[in-house]
Amino acid sequence: MGAQTTGEKIFNVINTILMLLLCFVTLYPFLYVLFASLSEASSFIQHRGMLLRPLGFNLEAYKAVFENPMITSGYRNTLLYVAAGTTINLFMTALGAYVLSRRNLYFKNVMMFGIVLTMVFSGGLIPNYILINKLGMMNTPWALLIPGAISTFNLIIMRTAFQGVPVSLEESARIDGAGEFTILFRIIIPLSMPVIAVMILWYAVGHWNSYFSALVYLRDRTMYPLQLVLREILIANSTDSMSTGVAADDKYAIGETIKYATIIVSTLPIICLYPFLQKYFVKGVLIGAIKE
Amino acid sequence: MDLSKGQIIRKDLRRNWIIYLMALPVIAYYIIFHYGPMYGLQIAFKDYSPAGGIWGSPWVGFKHFDSFFNGIYFWRLIRNTVLINVYDLIFGFPSAIILAILLNEVRRMMFKRVVQTISYLPHFISIVVVAGMLFDFLSRDGLINQLIGFFGVEPIDFLKEAGWFRFIFVSSGIWQGVGWGSIIYLAAIANIDPTLYEAAKIDGANRWKQIFHITIPGIMPTIVIMFILNMGNLLSVGSEKVLLLYNPLTYETADVISTYVYRKGILEASYSFTAAVGLFNSVISLILIVSANAISKRVSENKLW
Repeated sequence: MGAQTTGEKIFNVINTILMLLLCFVTLYPFLYVLFASLSEASSFIQHRGMLLRPLGFNLEAYKAVFENPMITSGYRNTLLYVAAGTTINLFMTALGAYVLSRRNLYFKNVMMFGIVLTMVFSGGLIPNYILINKLGMMNTPWALLIPGAISTFNLIIMRTAFQGVPVSLEESARIDGAGEFTILFRIIIPLSMPVIAVMILWYAVGHWNSYFSALVYLRDRTMYPLQLVLREILIANSTDSMSTGVAADDKYAIGETIKYATIIVSTLPIICLYPFLQKYFVKGVLIGAIKE
Repeated sequence: MDLSKGQIIRKDLRRNWIIYLMALPVIAYYIIFHYGPMYGLQIAFKDYSPAGGIWGSPWVGFKHFDSFFNGIYFWRLIRNTVLINVYDLIFGFPSAIILAILLNEVRRMMFKRVVQTISYLPHFISIVVVAGMLFDFLSRDGLINQLIGFFGVEPIDFLKEAGWFRFIFVSSGIWQGVGWGSIIYLAAIANIDPTLYEAAKIDGANRWKQIFHITIPGIMPTIVIMFILNMGNLLSVGSEKVLLLYNPLTYETADVISTYVYRKGILEASYSFTAAVGLFNSVISLILIVSANAISKRVSENKLW
């Protein structure tokens, strides 16, 4: 790198400090939540200021979280929505991307225009709500799965990837008697695995984190996804139901740690998978960016 | 050779019918779930009643627009929506660019990668959890108040005071999005020709000069494209996060068009009125993105379409 001038050195030092600061500000809230969730409720409630380790060690809060029927059913529902939703997303997006990646297809430009138009203009919340109502999807899981079956942005990314598959492979398969579905599922998709992986991750994380459509379309609490349950616990502040059997004095204290345990439990799958998946997430942004 | 266009299409349909069949679910999806709501927007000009349906309800012209424009909340909603977005444009938009530039100046690759990995993380945390954490840290006896308490500051009920809402909304948005937002600029920086930097170094340009004369101009097209996209969202601040963070005490600064639509429309079932509000919002957004694109096309040749 050669000799550095004093200016360069100062620049490097300041830059490094800034980056460390960013890491701290990003990570510390999570660490605080983790430490708090593991702490002894009574000592946590008396503590002031930053936490640098759990105060004592107590898994009561986690026990309360896992014994809460709303959390467990929310977890189950969310897993179901993630699995079903992502499957539908993937199938529909791949179908659309394959059709649009074909070179000689009548109506293709009309289709493309019609699809891209939906990115800049939409009917909005109320007409959507009336539509879902009309279709009889209200208060059913379908309302969370079908209306978002295709993300147009993802469709365009996948189409770009499909276009990159050499035509000659397709043609030789056709000569061997392969039909359109065989070509899509046996040739195009296996050859576009990096993009497919990215799409699975994006869609799955989207389903895992979404709460708004459930808030709008679901009435029946047994169908609530995890995020909607979390909203009640974290925002509406209703941990009371979870600390039954605890003496009234301790209720408030354990209620606090329960909130932190809830955050950890609901975020854990993503945090655990994140280091392995991160590069795929990033790849998606880059593939999307190349198009511009 | 002298087949008419209709005949050619029919022939193609016969030969490639499977591909058209494959297109069908996708077309149906877009027509039902994207164009269906657009068709439904006509209730903004009607008095919608579930019995009459979209088609059968009587036309009332611009009645609902009138009552929105002249309603007591009109200016408050416009002000809140625009201000939150403008603050986000002023502080949030450049933050990702600045982070990308600073990250690019980190010379130790391992350290750079670690910083990147950490900074992307909050993007994947659900908005409900982020809001939940904000509630806890910012509550009257939360971490932030404990910390400023050491300096003798009286506890502030951040989320119950209207004056703090925009700051909290925008800064937590930066916390959650800055790392993720920087990816696209890092990619743009990586595409800059390295010989430019070498030439600049020979000419005696220091790091600052290299940033201002090579890096920033190099990523300008990306910045412009991202800016245009942001313009399109200027009026559509996500109801999802505001809805979690606001409460009647902070409506004064927090209530935006989309949350108003949710409250009035879904919770109070005044469909036609809120459809009109939503349509107003969509049309302004469309105008903004189209004009940002047109202006950019004229002055910088960067364009979205």
